[in-house]
Amino acid sequence: MSAYILYRHRDIPNLNQLDVYQKNGGFEAIKKAIKTMSPAAVLNEVKDSGLRGRGGAGFPTGMKWSFLPGNLWPHYVVANADESEPGTFKDREILESNPFQFLEGLMLAAYAVQANDAYIYLRGEFWQIARRLDTCIEELYAEGLLGDKLFGTKYSLRLHTHLGAGAYICGEETALLESIEGHLGQPRLRPPFPATFGLFGKPTVINNVETLTNLPPIIEKGAAWFKTLGTEKSPGVKIFSLSGCVNKPGNYELPLGTTFRELIFTHGGGIPDGRTIKAIMSAGASSVIVPADDRALDTPMDYESTQANLNAPLGSASVIILDDSVNMAWLVNKTVHFFRHESCGKCTPCREGTYWMSHLTRRIAAGEAAPDDIDLLNIVARQMQGKCLCALGEFSTMAVTSGIEKFRADFEKLVNH
Amino acid sequence: MPKDITLTIDGQTVTAPAGTLVVDAAKRIGINIPVFCYHPKLEPVGMCRMCLVEIGRPVIDRTTNNPVFEADGKPKIQFGPKLETACTTPISEGMVVVGLSDKVKAARKDVLEFLLTSHPLDCPICDKGGECPLQNQTLEYGSADSRFLLDEKMRLSKHVPLGDLIFLDRERCIQCARCVRFQTEIVDDPVIGFYNRGRKLEIITDSQPGFDSIFSGNTTDICPVGALTTADFRFGARPWEMNNAASLCTHCPVGCNTTINVRREAKTGGNVSIKRIMPRQNETVNEIWMCDKGRFAYHFADSPDRLKNPLIRKGSELFQTTWTEALSAASEKIKQAGSGLVTLASGRLTNEDIYNLRKLTETQGGTFIGYSRMAGGEIVNRFGMLPGSNLGDLGKDSVIVVVSSDLHEEAPIWWLRVREAVKRGAVLISISIRPTRLDKIAAKTLRVEPGREALAVDAILTGDMADIVKQAKHLLVFYGSDGLGRKATGQLAAACARLLETSGHARRINSGLIPVWERGNTQGLWDMGAHPADQIVERIASARVLLVAGADPANDDPMMERALEKTEFLIVQDLFATATARKADIVFPVLAFTEREGTYTSGERRVQRFYPAVPAPEGLKADYEIAAEMGAELGLALESSAASLVFQQLAAEIPQYSGLTYPLLAKTSDQWPIVGRPDVYFGGTSYANRQGLGIHLPLLPLEDFEIPSGDLDMSLHPDAHELAVYPVTRLLDRGITVTTSPLLASRLAQADLFIHPATARKMFLNADMQVMLPVDGAAYPVRIVLDETVPEGAALIPRSAGVPIHEPQVAQVAPPVGDHASRVRS
Repeated sequence: MSAYILYRHRDIPNLNQLDVYQKNGGFEAIKKAIKTMSPAAVLNEVKDSGLRGRGGAGFPTGMKWSFLPGNLWPHYVVANADESEPGTFKDREILESNPFQFLEGLMLAAYAVQANDAYIYLRGEFWQIARRLDTCIEELYAEGLLGDKLFGTKYSLRLHTHLGAGAYICGEETALLESIEGHLGQPRLRPPFPATFGLFGKPTVINNVETLTNLPPIIEKGAAWFKTLGTEKSPGVKIFSLSGCVNKPGNYELPLGTTFRELIFTHGGGIPDGRTIKAIMSAGASSVIVPADDRALDTPMDYESTQANLNAPLGSASVIILDDSVNMAWLVNKTVHFFRHESCGKCTPCREGTYWMSHLTRRIAAGEAAPDDIDLLNIVARQMQGKCLCALGEFSTMAVTSGIEKFRADFEKLVNH
Repeated sequence: MPKDITLTIDGQTVTAPAGTLVVDAAKRIGINIPVFCYHPKLEPVGMCRMCLVEIGRPVIDRTTNNPVFEADGKPKIQFGPKLETACTTPISEGMVVVGLSDKVKAARKDVLEFLLTSHPLDCPICDKGGECPLQNQTLEYGSADSRFLLDEKMRLSKHVPLGDLIFLDRERCIQCARCVRFQTEIVDDPVIGFYNRGRKLEIITDSQPGFDSIFSGNTTDICPVGALTTADFRFGARPWEMNNAASLCTHCPVGCNTTINVRREAKTGGNVSIKRIMPRQNETVNEIWMCDKGRFAYHFADSPDRLKNPLIRKGSELFQTTWTEALSAASEKIKQAGSGLVTLASGRLTNEDIYNLRKLTETQGGTFIGYSRMAGGEIVNRFGMLPGSNLGDLGKDSVIVVVSSDLHEEAPIWWLRVREAVKRGAVLISISIRPTRLDKIAAKTLRVEPGREALAVDAILTGDMADIVKQAKHLLVFYGSDGLGRKATGQLAAACARLLETSGHARRINSGLIPVWERGNTQGLWDMGAHPADQIVERIASARVLLVAGADPANDDPMMERALEKTEFLIVQDLFATATARKADIVFPVLAFTEREGTYTSGERRVQRFYPAVPAPEGLKADYEIAAEMGAELGLALESSAASLVFQQLAAEIPQYSGLTYPLLAKTSDQWPIVGRPDVYFGGTSYANRQGLGIHLPLLPLEDFEIPSGDLDMSLHPDAHELAVYPVTRLLDRGITVTTSPLLASRLAQADLFIHPATARKMFLNADMQVMLPVDGAAYPVRIVLDETVPEGAALIPRSAGVPIHEPQVAQVAPPVGDHASRVRS
């Protein structure tokens, strides 16, 4: 037995091998679901569990599934394994070390919405993982765990992997669908939403790898068990990717509602000697920069509390720690350059705004800027807000506006010299 | 019909059908919501963000499903936290749209500032300057100052040839994707696309040759900046320097409405020159599009090789002469010839020209012949489309049959409109001897043996499509001359008419027969009473006076060329010293369509007017004038002073033209989408139609008319060592109206003989082999091209590409003389 729910490989050696996974209860959930439960029952169990999407938005998973219309077929399920957010590295560990639990979760999702084909979209840099997953999938076909008429029922399921070509934007679900279809990775207009018009124009569910990996234990142990973990509105555990100026960076599987302080100081080993914690980004590069005061440190990390206390989304829970050696203008320059590089170029504010901001932040960080440039940077960022086609453009401004608001002195130090 | 929805836009109440987008609903009542990426002919994408507006919706009580009201009794309106794109949001009941608030104004200014950060602002040297949406909207909504450092602007290539017709300026491009979407959605040539991402996003072409599409010029019209320009017009003139004239495209029977832009310039000695030709909106004909042939192949009109003076033969040579001498000599000969006068008139001429020529000929008792490779006009006049029909109305419940015509090559805009009808749900049946681009969108493709097309049409009502055809509300039939001679096209027209009659669709709205004529006014030729005749070679040879107008038989057919030698006296009216003109005794130089006015009748039987674009050059006359002036010498009172007066006469005489006048043809009505207006527009350069939508002719009565019958099997039966050679039509042939536009040179059809590889093996022919193709007693060098789509035993050859072939025929190809010897030596 393992204390972990998602990272069980940390206790069970070789869990990424099919026989080991099976010996440890693997594929019991999917067998139970297909043989003894109706798709609606699986969906309801997940709905009851209160599981929320782990990709960033925190949308209730069961509800998302229930939006698929019953009169339009086929349905598709897509696993979003395009883990590209700076500071996020939680899915990679699942895919590398506990792949079968993820695959079983994907199968459960597919069964719940009666999809006969499911896709795994991996970022291009995950090519080795994709190759490994292909082998896993082949093993499942060979074992009769995938393919036609599973476990003697009428239900058939095929899994497919698809590699991206190195674009952060393809983690955005509609750009991801475009990419699978072979088109340029640019977000689609919404509505229509993927639930009605998704992959190849068919109703589609897109779930994050971590979300899917939660499903086997939920089906096995039940919604009630799941709700005993985490908080009332954010049940379950979450993997927190901890990075930055901290002694023990890494992935931590903890119940939702754990405070930043506990993550950083109890699990993450605290801040390097002689330094003091200055700021936190709770959701990777897309995050606002939050001053690491007591109020922030004592905020429970769940979907509601971070939003309510810090006006910052929990997102994918990629917690980046900044200490007093970091100038926030330097940090903002880094994030802006990332977004400029990753902007797809489809909508004007993001394409032009990230380009403009990157010039301003470069000049500021290099000490070449005029004093007015700080305000101009702030104006450009605010000019983008609320006008972009997808969230990427909006995210690109988060660090900028919050950085200037909370740490203006850092910017001024570089400008007035 | 979708139900009507009422909403409020900037305080004005609007009612529009469900599904209408906010931006369109606003424009319909004259409220301009600015756009760059949105175009009413394309699917909305919401990329440029220029159309952001505040949108409020009535609050609905979830428990009762009733609207919630304010204290003053007005419905409570809830506005979203963000601005919304008017171009992607459909209207809904009770919606409140605010496009005039400070928030919206600021958003427009912001988006424009973003667009301009990367824009080169080279308006003073930009072709689009003066008709540029980015420029106009910056003036209206933008800021006067720039906060972006000049040194940080993206520097990109400014002269990127996407193909030989279209150039891209990468700095000016605002990535709206209109061009990419047009090529994908409207014309199904996805040959351009985006490469890279973010600020590096750029338009590239991925076809070989570059931008391989016959509709490419349209992208320069809808481009909302000066990023795409045509090789023909770029750096040619500023928009405000140009005047424009309403005209028509003369190349094919579609009859696209066009605008000719002209300016007076030093380059041509202070004369008025044509700078470009653009589509003019006519939603029942060409919408706002035209093909590249129409756009670029107009240079014949300003060719320096045009005839400038009348010519008269003295001995073996032609000498310049005066109009007086030429006219009196010609009329003297005509008088002497009496019923020995034979007149050949082509569909290049206007209705007025043809009418006067016919009058001149008939009063002398002569023979008036329509010079056309196709038959069936008398059938079309009775089974054509009824007035009020519109290809744009075809959709679900419609069946379209296209037989023996590669519409994409012969009448590109009809292909485009058939494709749109299919997208709306129409069922297409494509019947031909070889694959064409219609097959891709056809519900049913019937591949027939050459010569058996009419039989295939006759068999439709007993085949598997019979029920669909019979039950369709509308049945539209196109017939053409792909691989067919004149007689066969007549049989085909008859079979199509029978199909319409038997299925119960004859003479019903949005149903009928559309001929894919080879010339712009071949329909007018039939209407004016000029029919093709049998034994044309004999008639030419035996004519005492042969009057040829707008045709070049010597170039078309070696037998006609030889027959012309026997003609006693030959009078030619033409733009150029054609092969026929060089044999003439008298040659009259004529005005081009750009220099005069007149009317053409399209294949859909729409009479349309065109206007002079440039002043008539000194010393040239219109064809109808020449006919009238010859007539005057013979004592006839034909109208010569104005085309409109000739039209009055013909309208009084020709039943289906009865009651028509030039002012009626110049009438217009509101069209959607709104284009070409300065206040409310969708961006891009487009010309509204202010000079006439034309008038659809009524059908002739059916009484005393029987659909001709006869042998429908027109197959050829070559021996084992022979080929059956079928002429087919290519968009860009080697006719003089095309070759005078050097830009198109690399795309012209070649004298190639297309055969199936199996046929080639049987006949010991190889790819690229040069062989001699005998046609009517002469032999022509052709190159063998292997093509698996050609029926076995058959050979296809493009018309007007160097081999004068009018009718399908059996031929025995042979290597050129001496070729064997040279191969043996090597």
